Amino acid sequence: MIETIPIPGIEDFDKVYWENCSKNKLTIQHCGDCNEARFPPRHMCPICQSISHDWKEVSGDAVLWSFVIPRPPLLPVFDKQSPYVVGLVELVEYENIRIIGQIQTNSNIDSIKIGDTLTIDFKKINNEISLPYWVKK
Amino acid sequence: MLKDKTAIVGIGQTEFSKSIDSTELNLACKAIKNALGDAGISPDQVDALGSFTYEETPEFEIARNLGFGNLTYWSQAPYGGGASCAAIGQVAMAIASGIANVGVVWRSRKRGDPSSRMWSHTDEKIFDHWKWSRPSGLVRPVDESSMLIRRYMHQYDYSRESLGAVAISLRKYANANHEALMQHKFLNLEDYMEARMISDPLCLFDNCLESDGAIAIVITNLDIAKKLQNKPAIIHAYSQGMNKEHQLMTHYHGGDPLESSSYVTASNLWNLSDYSPKEIDVAQIYDAFSPMIPFSLEAYNFCSKGEALKLINDGLINIDGELPVNTSGGSLSEVYLHGMNLVTEAVRQIRGSATSQVNNAKLALITTCDATPNAAILLKGE
Ligand SMILES: [Zn+2]
Repeated sequence: MIETIPIPGIEDFDKVYWENCSKNKLTIQHCGDCNEARFPPRHMCPICQSISHDWKEVSGDAVLWSFVIPRPPLLPVFDKQSPYVVGLVELVEYENIRIIGQIQTNSNIDSIKIGDTLTIDFKKINNEISLPYWVKK
Repeated sequence: MLKDKTAIVGIGQTEFSKSIDSTELNLACKAIKNALGDAGISPDQVDALGSFTYEETPEFEIARNLGFGNLTYWSQAPYGGGASCAAIGQVAMAIASGIANVGVVWRSRKRGDPSSRMWSHTDEKIFDHWKWSRPSGLVRPVDESSMLIRRYMHQYDYSRESLGAVAISLRKYANANHEALMQHKFLNLEDYMEARMISDPLCLFDNCLESDGAIAIVITNLDIAKKLQNKPAIIHAYSQGMNKEHQLMTHYHGGDPLESSSYVTASNLWNLSDYSPKEIDVAQIYDAFSPMIPFSLEAYNFCSKGEALKLINDGLINIDGELPVNTSGGSLSEVYLHGMNLVTEAVRQIRGSATSQVNNAKLALITTCDATPNAAILLKGE
């Protein structure tokens, strides 16, 4: 098993997303033709099949849709972190855009509840990748 | 048309165990031999094969070990837990359309060893869709399932106690089944509530077993089936299903994440069938994790959204309930073989030879994984 945190491989269609995360900015992919937002990023717009796209910055403010507390056996890097909370958050700017990220617990896991209002922060993994995570407002 | 043209006429398996000192190919050969023996069909009559893309025993090795004749059809179905009914349905379609006459579908798996867990082979860099979840520590299928059940329990006001009823109901079936890995292990609510958490809110008993073994089935057209020794389990309806915006195991980004691909499969299956959910006598529901049972019962329209756990707690899926489910113990308590044990149990129910037999079972539903693209089959007796 890998000892390091598994990191996202960067591809053409999500390069800008990760570049912006490294600058502590959350950006959402939009169709360059019909302007429909989509997540996760992908090659083609599922509404109009356009391959042109651009990126719009959002606040990162979100509501906790659900969360889990994984317990060992996990990948070694997460065994060491356990217990931690992984959440699925809904962005306030969009219905139906949900993103996975860790939820900061401040050593108080029991305080985390579905419906919590959250704000974004970023954890730098290396020079190319920073992962979004969420903090209680 | 596929309806009522083919039947499952043979079932076979190896022993089930946490660890079997044998190869997957050896186990596959034994299970297939047993299935053909059960059917009363000579291996040289087999001309079609169906398996899982996750299966590692190749068709030609199977064919030359068993002594099959010339093959005219084979196919593989993707997505692990979503594959069993699709592999069977595809072979049934080939037989119904006249491409072949006698088909074998098998799954052989050595999964008891923890090093065979797929998530444990996560790469340093992830290029598939798991790049959007695994780096944050949502690593295993159980974590991915746990996300949905916590939301469901919140939305419909359920406690861990209510979820425990799923694992406890299935364990009772396993206690009556001499083939089940958990035959001698009893489970009550106290055991459940005290169990070790694997991915909170899911505990040890919400997870399928890790086991070694193989299962095979034999499918023929109805003309051949009627001349054989066993009562045929007729394939009445079959469909696959993948919903809009589906994302494998992490279907979090479409409309409602609680509305899975099972809703698509179910809707098409009931349209193709002469029967409605209330007429079904027994169901075998894919259960890698316990939440998949309430989720699937709702998707297949046995009850309305949010109602399944309440009905399970009222006894719905027990042997004296309205819809007995996973009557051999399922993946949680009999064996985990990507759901192939659910298929053999459905056939036993139609034959009247199950260890927890439903009286006069004529219609048996088999489903596959609620969290992947999936498929389902409705079997009927004569
Ligand atoms: Zn578009």
